[in-house]
Amino acid sequence: MKSDKVIEIDHLSYDYPDGTPALRDIDLVVHRNESVAILGPNGAGKSTLLYHLNGTLRGDGNVTILGLPVEKKNLKEIRRKVGLVFQSPEDQLFCPTVFDDVAFGPLNMGLDEKKVRQRVEKALEMTGLKGFEGRSAHHLSEGEKKRVALATVLAMDSEILALDEPSDNLDPAGSRILIERIRLIPQTKVIVTHHLPVAVDLCERAVLLRGGRKVEDLPTRDLLRDRELLEQFGFDPDLAEWMYHRKKG
Amino acid sequence: MRHAFLDHHSSTESPIHQLDARAKIIVFFTFILIAVSLPPTSFLLFALLALALIGIALLANLPLGHLAKKVLIILPFLFVVAISIPFMKRDGVGGGYNLGIGGLSVSQSGLWILWNVIIKSSLGVFSIILLSSTTSFPQLVKGMEGLGSPRIFTILASFMYRYSFILIDEMQRMKRARDSRCFGGRWFWQSKVIGHMVGTLFLRSFHRGERVYLAMLSRGYQGTMPGVTTGRFGAGEVLFLSLSAIFIFLRIYLG
Repeated sequence: MKSDKVIEIDHLSYDYPDGTPALRDIDLVVHRNESVAILGPNGAGKSTLLYHLNGTLRGDGNVTILGLPVEKKNLKEIRRKVGLVFQSPEDQLFCPTVFDDVAFGPLNMGLDEKKVRQRVEKALEMTGLKGFEGRSAHHLSEGEKKRVALATVLAMDSEILALDEPSDNLDPAGSRILIERIRLIPQTKVIVTHHLPVAVDLCERAVLLRGGRKVEDLPTRDLLRDRELLEQFGFDPDLAEWMYHRKKG
Repeated sequence: MRHAFLDHHSSTESPIHQLDARAKIIVFFTFILIAVSLPPTSFLLFALLALALIGIALLANLPLGHLAKKVLIILPFLFVVAISIPFMKRDGVGGGYNLGIGGLSVSQSGLWILWNVIIKSSLGVFSIILLSSTTSFPQLVKGMEGLGSPRIFTILASFMYRYSFILIDEMQRMKRARDSRCFGGRWFWQSKVIGHMVGTLFLRSFHRGERVYLAMLSRGYQGTMPGVTTGRFGAGEVLFLSLSAIFIFLRIYLG
């Protein structure tokens, strides 16, 4: 099952336009149907790394998605394969209605109208938003907006989902609903977060970044037991201990 | 924060709300054109138009009082533009009415002009308010597009609709942040703060624009906005459109 590599990142470095280093020498391989959490403090380069997955940002080094190098000529194909959900749903949702937003990706892929409607319906069902088609994004709650943002990408039926801080800004209930919905998605997932519980709930593997460098790459289960590493990253080791036992039990 | 001031009531359920936006746009715009083109003396047609509009409002389950209040927004414009006309306009011999106060007199032709402005603008504004109260903004934009409005305009309108609310929210947040740290002060100090706020708002919008564009690219945007055809013309739409036909007929043979 885990034989084929869907994401290969090789010696990736990136500087912000003003010269500040953002990523340094990152290597990462993600296999099909894996869920990987990218953890780290603010400014560690988590989101920057995520934006490299579909060529939104391009640094030095090689990024290969499903065998295709991220280059200008492949961008169209790669954006079809990698669904990127931005941190702020206000950026992700730019159409007048929920339907238009969810249909935007599939329509750009050149699907016919019947197919598009099916995709939209399915994506809204998967995110628990049936009946929201005609609503405007500004009339939704933050949690609903986040789910619509997820639906916009699910409708594209991408093989890889890249989520930037999915539980950010949500109340506990909204966050739980969203996490449950994400868990049901079978695709390969790369999830940027600074919440340990989100990482533990959704991913079997954690990649820790700090100062643009990869510090550690280990199963989340092992991370929960590594008190020293947890302390280093500011996570609460006792909470981790509790999560470890809950996960085991 | 919630805003619905642009298309208040547009999510009510009624036979009128369900009609295709294109039919509604055509009918209400014919109403406006007919009202504007009528001579001020065709009371019968004005009355018929008003009745038709009230009928539509009732069918659409809209509170008439609320609509009437909205029509009142034309008052300031009327006051500024038209209220002085009866006093300024000079009639031919024997046409005016002397008010007997300080030599003030009202001219008959001036009164006709005032009546003309009042009735036409009220009917016009009433039509527009009915249209926006029975059609949500996204539907309206789609309807305009269906009627052949250039796509670039409708796309701009939809972006404006989507992001104006976010801008207003952002502005309000900044205002609150200012008010909680600002304890009065002289106006030029205030004006400096307002200048900063406008600048910040511009920068934030600019950056948001960049991020939105990236989000669009991520979902395969290639320079043209895709769209699906929506709405259809059924018996209801045809029936509603017949209102246009009837009034055009009346305008030609009665007006």
